Amino acid sequence: MIRFENVGLRYGTGTEVLRDVSFTLAPGSYHFLTGASGAGKSSLLKLMYLAHRPSRGLITLLGRDVARLKRTELPALRRQIGVVFQDFQLLDHLSALDNVALPLRMAGVAEDDAMEHCVEILKWVGLGNHLQAKPSTLSGGQQQRVAIARAVINRPRLLLADEPTGNVDDGIGMRLLYLFEELYKLGTTVVIATHNEALIRRFDHPHLHLDQGRLHLLSGAAA
Amino acid sequence: MLLRKQYDVPLARDPSSRFLVWITLLMSYLAALALAGALLVGEMAARWDSGLAGGLTVQIAPLPGRTDVPPLTARVEAALTVLRATPGVTRADPLGTDDAARLLEPWLGPDAAKDPSLPVPRLIDVVTDGTVDTPQLARRLESAAPGATLDDHAAWLADLRAFARSVVLAALGIVAVVSGAAVLAVVFAVRAGLAIHHNVVQLLHLMGATDRYVSRQFESHVLGLSLRGGLAGVALAAATLLGLQHAAEGLRASLLPDMNMAPWQWATLLVVPAAAALLAVGTARATVLRTLEALP
Repeated sequence: MIRFENVGLRYGTGTEVLRDVSFTLAPGSYHFLTGASGAGKSSLLKLMYLAHRPSRGLITLLGRDVARLKRTELPALRRQIGVVFQDFQLLDHLSALDNVALPLRMAGVAEDDAMEHCVEILKWVGLGNHLQAKPSTLSGGQQQRVAIARAVINRPRLLLADEPTGNVDDGIGMRLLYLFEELYKLGTTVVIATHNEALIRRFDHPHLHLDQGRLHLLSGAAA
Repeated sequence: MLLRKQYDVPLARDPSSRFLVWITLLMSYLAALALAGALLVGEMAARWDSGLAGGLTVQIAPLPGRTDVPPLTARVEAALTVLRATPGVTRADPLGTDDAARLLEPWLGPDAAKDPSLPVPRLIDVVTDGTVDTPQLARRLESAAPGATLDDHAAWLADLRAFARSVVLAALGIVAVVSGAAVLAVVFAVRAGLAIHHNVVQLLHLMGATDRYVSRQFESHVLGLSLRGGLAGVALAAATLLGLQHAAEGLRASLLPDMNMAPWQWATLLVVPAAAALLAVGTARATVLRTLEALP
């Protein structure tokens, strides 16, 4: 379960980029997070993947009250959250295979098992022929799929994606959203931040809508 | 993990990598030379110490112009009688005039001791089992053989021990300074690495990497660099020591200590790269963990 209660976020001494955000997401749910550029979508996701602590309010992630967690407990919680970053954030010096293997290595999975899983998942996203390719040699769509494979390799309980369709054409965008759909069906809680309303209208999932840092519209999510 | 060839953080390409190898090489070179110096002087002091401990020297002055004392030869005999009757003395051998001449030769020339006008004292070399009451023996010798003095080498040995201690302390000081400089170099290199690869470190952190996972990347990196630099530094120090050893062999009546190192002493020098590597790894770990504490 994910719960935000009156959460506010400001960077430094600036104005609040998120104000009084409250919502609850049930485990195994699928939500789109919509809003114009600068509405606070990325900031909300950053709070969800623990890149920032809120300036105020309470956040419960996967049943844990984030404010009460010790610093040493955070890595284990983070490993249960898969993130597809807007700019992919692949490591250029590593192959696609090694990029995908990162979460497994961090979790201490044996190297042989990790490689087996990584090959399998890269085939699943259609990159079976690019296992040893460096990110710089892959197209935007291929990099996107490596980033998704990395985000889901260790079966996260929560999957967050920041504009995953932003750098690809609608056809590939649809295919990516269907990939997330498959994970959702396996029980993963999915939150996709996007401003591509046309694409998400094809899916019957609730929306969280952000406007100037406030959560204005809730469709199908508990307030 | 420590032996993985490719790391998540691409540290191998950093300019600080080459810098760290050279710094470690120089530091290990200096530390190895200091350690070798301490080992050689310590060995020399121990050799002289064991050679002189338990030994006494009796010197009987000629006393020219004194008519109230027996002649020198008679006083030597009297002193030998006293010595041989003293419990604890295992041997007392008078040095002949030829022996005295050999001792004086480096300072006065080959024929000086044969000059009758030169008042050359007679010496008796005494070996004891270490239980002799030296002050009492000195009084008995003076009484039996006027002009006799007893030297137990205590002052000389004390000076020698103090010198050896000073050399060892100086070597330790050099090692401490060198270690401090090496620690600073590693801190600088690791901080530079953390700054250059801030985005990668941040990404690993957000993906759930523990601080130790990240620090191990840096530890492996500096372990390889410091071992390379350390071994090269010791090899260079070994070449320097062999060169000095060769140069010292060419000197006659050398005042230098024996520069030949025993196999165990050569092996001891290998402590330097091992210590450098341990120090580097520990420093890298502490630096990374301390820096990562600032992340949420």
